[in-house]
Amino acid sequence: MKKFIFAEVVEIKHMIEDIYDMYVYAPEIAKNAKPGQFAEIYTGLGEAILPRPISFCEIIKEKGLIRFCFRVVGKGTKHFSEMKKGDKLRLLGPLGNGFEIPDAPQKSIVIGGGIGIPPLLELCKHLKGEVHVFLGTREEPILVEDFEKTGAIVHVCTENGCTGYHGYAITLVDELNIPADMIYSCGPKIMLKIVSDWAKKKNIRAQVSMEERMACGIGVCCGCAIKIQKKGEDDWHSLKVCKDGPVFWNDEVIW
Amino acid sequence: MNTSVNIAGVCFKNPVTTASGTFGSGKEYSEFFDLGRLGAVTVKGVATTEWKGNNCPRIAETYGGMLNSVGLQNPGVDYFIKNDIPFLRKYDTKIIVNICGHTVSEYCEVTERLSDEDIDLFELNISCPNVSAGGITFGTDAKMAETVVSEVKKYAKKPLIVKLTPNVTDITEIARAVVSGGADAVSLINTLKGMKIDINTRKAFLANKFGGLSGPAVKPVALRMVYEVNKAVDVPIIGMGGISNTEDALEFIMAGATMISVGTANFANPYATVEIVDGIKEYMEKNNIKDLSEIRGIIE
Ligand SMILES: Cc1cc2nc3c(=O)[nH]c(=O)nc-3n(C[C@H](O)[C@H](O)[C@H](O)COP(=O)(O)OP(=O)(O)OC[C@H]3O[C@@H](n4cnc5c(N)ncnc54)[C@H](O)[C@@H]3O)c2cc1C
Ligand SMILES: Cc1cc2nc3c(=O)[nH]c(=O)nc-3n(C[C@H](O)[C@H](O)[C@H](O)COP(=O)(O)O)c2cc1C
Ligand code: FES
Repeated sequence: MKKFIFAEVVEIKHMIEDIYDMYVYAPEIAKNAKPGQFAEIYTGLGEAILPRPISFCEIIKEKGLIRFCFRVVGKGTKHFSEMKKGDKLRLLGPLGNGFEIPDAPQKSIVIGGGIGIPPLLELCKHLKGEVHVFLGTREEPILVEDFEKTGAIVHVCTENGCTGYHGYAITLVDELNIPADMIYSCGPKIMLKIVSDWAKKKNIRAQVSMEERMACGIGVCCGCAIKIQKKGEDDWHSLKVCKDGPVFWNDEVIW
Repeated sequence: MNTSVNIAGVCFKNPVTTASGTFGSGKEYSEFFDLGRLGAVTVKGVATTEWKGNNCPRIAETYGGMLNSVGLQNPGVDYFIKNDIPFLRKYDTKIIVNICGHTVSEYCEVTERLSDEDIDLFELNISCPNVSAGGITFGTDAKMAETVVSEVKKYAKKPLIVKLTPNVTDITEIARAVVSGGADAVSLINTLKGMKIDINTRKAFLANKFGGLSGPAVKPVALRMVYEVNKAVDVPIIGMGGISNTEDALEFIMAGATMISVGTANFANPYATVEIVDGIKEYMEKNNIKDLSEIRGIIE
């Protein structure tokens, strides 16, 4: 059940560049939240009426906390970054479908690009079996230690070569050619498409977390449409990233 | 105290409904409150068959509002009859079905298909700025507007509301035309055609280039139009455009609206509609108003 609540900011800190790390107390949302889901965060500003979709970076059920990790790109995220401990934010969540995680252990490859990295952290806490995580960023990597703590094997890739592998995450994935049962990915659409193509070539299914402009966030406005052709259907349909997604099977997306 | 209102013989428990396209068919919002608290649910546009809508991006936020170029995506009338009517009928509220089409015959076909179904009123959308054929082309020409309304009226066994576009020089001219075509009520306003440019890519932001502006930013324009139309025609008006709270709703009623619809405000606050239902009651109590007719259209 979705909840529309006022949540208190418990901790907020600057991470690197224009990226912020924020913990909010939202036990009603944390209780039912799954990796890959997100919340709409309301700005409370009269001129910025639409809520902002931000993924759960971590869901700490025992403490009722949700961790968000976000980049400042405009009015709304700027406003969130200026929140202080004790301030309250309106949240609607949990929203979307989240990642599909099999009960049995499997070999997983997890590929995150830029600000698509945070939602994969909660995912990695739930994956059983061997997990290879590829974190791709332009410059400084983020959340590396957090990912290591989940027990995953972490591969850092930077475009400027400041640390780790010098190049794109997907290039390293291809070079290492690690066998896997499932791929999980979140990042810019262009990266997801390359991941999807690679996955098809290797005959591995991939779950990709997609992004689109949203208004309602709950599936009523049809603002966030994505072209999806499900297995067995003879044509594509407009599905909703906010409700039917944000996670889709790579071989069902019309790229 | 009586919050109920009447449009073409249909009685609504209160004057609050939802703006088409901003509430789906109510399912999602029923997770937040009992839909039976609303005077009516106005559902998203229904067409003869599935419409897939425009390309993305379809949404752009603007100062105090938003642009959309959804393009009336909907699964078609058969799906609507099978799934949405039975769902909505579980609630003690009226059902207003918004009808869209590319041609007069499509409008008529949907209306005919729905006429014997368990719904309460039709709302004919001849005012969507986001589809190339049909929609707004009917709503901006008085003659065409009158023709399509009189044609649809032949098939409509339920009262017919006609939804007007603000993208005209004189909205009262279109209002008069649809009333002479047989409209039992008018609803206004649909969105205002607008655009946004991405200065980094140097391209129109919306894939469809233009979109419809809605939300608080359009309220003063919508209010003025409701006022003008109320002076021009004798049929009831459903007023909308930027209504976000009780004060906004009461302004529309005072300008002449019998009912009001909440649209974009649902996205900013899922409880906007029911907060307005309660707010209107409170205002009536406080000001000793027995019936909304005491304040409806009181602006000279
Ligand atoms: C499912 C989902 C999960 C996301 N998770 C995260 C996350 O964990 N961390 C993070 O930093 N960002 C995330 N984003 C992107 C984030 O939603 C945008 O960066 C944010 O909405 C920008 O808001 P703004 O007010 O700062 O920017 P503005 O440019 O002022 O926003 C204007 C409008 O555009 C929308 N918008 C702008 N950029 C995007 C975008 N990239 N995607 C969708 N809508 C956008 C805003 O929501 C708002 O409606 C996610 C997006 C989606 C769809
Ligand atoms: C996302 C979105 C979808 C809409 N879809 C429809 C529609 O299907 N049919 C219609 O008649 N109007 C549609 N409208 C217009 C609204 O019903 C309403 O007339 C307009 O948004 C003004 O009201 P508001 O400012 O309260 O949103 C849509 C508006 C929005 C924002
Ligand atoms: S944002 Fe409204 S349907 Fe997805």
